[in-house]
Amino acid sequence: MSEPAYRLLDCGDRALTVELGRAVDPVINAQVVALDEAIRGAGRPGLLETVPTYRSLLVLYDPDRLPRADLVALIATHWPPPVTRAGAVRRWRVPVLYGGEHGADLASLAAAAGLSEAEVIGLHAGCDYRVHMIGFAPGFAYLGGLDPRIHASRRTDPRPRIPAGSVSIGGNQTGVSPPLELPSGWQLIGQTPARSYDPARAEPFLFAAGDLIRFEPIGHAAFDAMSAAALAGETVATMERIDG
Amino acid sequence: MAEGLRILAPGVATTLQDAGRQVYLRYGISGSGAMDPDLLALANALVGNPADAAAIEMAMLGPTLVCEAEGCRVALAGAPFAMGLNGRALDPFTAHDLRRGDRLTFGAPRQGLRAWLAVAGGFAVAPMLGSVSTHTRTLLGGLDGHSLAAGDLLPLHAPRPTGRSLTLPPAHRPRFGGPIRVVLGPQADSFTEEGLRTFLSASYTLTGRADRMGCHLDGPPIAHADGFNIVSDGIVNGSIQVPGHGRPLILLADRHTTGGYPKIATVISADLGRLAQVRPGETIRFEAVTVEAAQSLARGARRTLAARLAALVPAGGLDLDSAFLLSCNLIDGVVSASPTGSAA
Repeated sequence: MSEPAYRLLDCGDRALTVELGRAVDPVINAQVVALDEAIRGAGRPGLLETVPTYRSLLVLYDPDRLPRADLVALIATHWPPPVTRAGAVRRWRVPVLYGGEHGADLASLAAAAGLSEAEVIGLHAGCDYRVHMIGFAPGFAYLGGLDPRIHASRRTDPRPRIPAGSVSIGGNQTGVSPPLELPSGWQLIGQTPARSYDPARAEPFLFAAGDLIRFEPIGHAAFDAMSAAALAGETVATMERIDG
Repeated sequence: MAEGLRILAPGVATTLQDAGRQVYLRYGISGSGAMDPDLLALANALVGNPADAAAIEMAMLGPTLVCEAEGCRVALAGAPFAMGLNGRALDPFTAHDLRRGDRLTFGAPRQGLRAWLAVAGGFAVAPMLGSVSTHTRTLLGGLDGHSLAAGDLLPLHAPRPTGRSLTLPPAHRPRFGGPIRVVLGPQADSFTEEGLRTFLSASYTLTGRADRMGCHLDGPPIAHADGFNIVSDGIVNGSIQVPGHGRPLILLADRHTTGGYPKIATVISADLGRLAQVRPGETIRFEAVTVEAAQSLARGARRTLAARLAALVPAGGLDLDSAFLLSCNLIDGVVSASPTGSAA
């Protein structure tokens, strides 16, 4: 046998982490998402919840209904997972009002990068990002694929509260905040009227690990109109299914 | 007018909690829920509720409530809080009937930290994302996501008590204390041998930074083997992170779902309830066990709960208000096994 493809790490008596790697890597993340789908798809009683992250899958289980040995066998059965999915992949188009009071760090980030604000916006909105995981806060999407020219270190002085729906950059990642005022040390470049999380909506969450996101710059008028629509329960961000 | 329990004074950290949220961890939603599900179940059993019905969780200093319903039945399980009905001391682990205008007071516990007050029939509070549990950081559950505040009215489903009230005999009541057992990992290899020895041999003191999200511990620093940043991965209830300063932080019910500090160990599920009773300033020690042992201990904890539920007996003695009892329908003395409503 070759190198083991994954490590099983116990997290107490009711959870296991399946670690596929230790780095942020789109290939590893795609395997995490595929393994997650395969294991959940098996529909085994006692498999309580899974949490896909950058490079590992946390599996919560009830050892009385799904003994640990059976869970280990279930994971082995589904390895390697089919990374090229037969179904569709989801791509979101997420409107963003960049800069000004909606993205308080855009000007300084552009200056530090030796770019104009328009160039930063062009780079940020110019490609698809992959949702590596949802974490930290309800619906907060960690996105991979940021252009190296606009990587930016975290603030030395984190903000105790950032505006709802902030679009921000932290290191080599970018992210979309839910409509909650969260603490953050990331650089704020814009704000989306879309509510990635709304517990009162029939579908409380927009994004899931494995989705693609593309940002679309909008102006103030569109931002205000979309914000009102989003508050009324509209999704605002649009989603299309593309072949995997 | 709504029938319910009115909060006159909220206490320190008083929230509604049930068994917590399931299936939303993958979207960044904290599990929340009672810090000791077994004691939640016990409080609920004392008033004839399903095990996972929402109850009032109190910590450190309990609330003062007034009954604004025709009548209701309540029971407290957990740390021995000073508990009074119109100034008369009440026994915990015993169901008590309240009448309109009765004032129910809670002081501080003689020992331990947290307790659960269940009300027969449960609270008429709408669940959010499948649970009534309050998560204050994201404004989920409870009344608008907040801790209970003076003036809040907690509406009740079925205020009228029926049947004999129950009690748990003192011999069956829980005792707190003892080591906190852990399963090492998932990132035990992020620490030196010496660091692991320190973790398992030293005493750690709960600091004042201790709440439902987690508790920061003070004590000898634990040495990392190779830095203290990992790529964020999933966190469970009881995960013990060790940030750069080397002092452990135990993540609990209201934790973030993911995090980027290495996790040296996980508190076993059977000991999470005891951990929830440790006060700031008190010390704990960690003891490593295998996963198999932890799973066996969890089964033992469930047997203990089952034994406690089986030990419930009608409250004896003459401390009950006989006039009130006569006003109730006690002809057959049957405890209702199917409350008319549950918040769960």
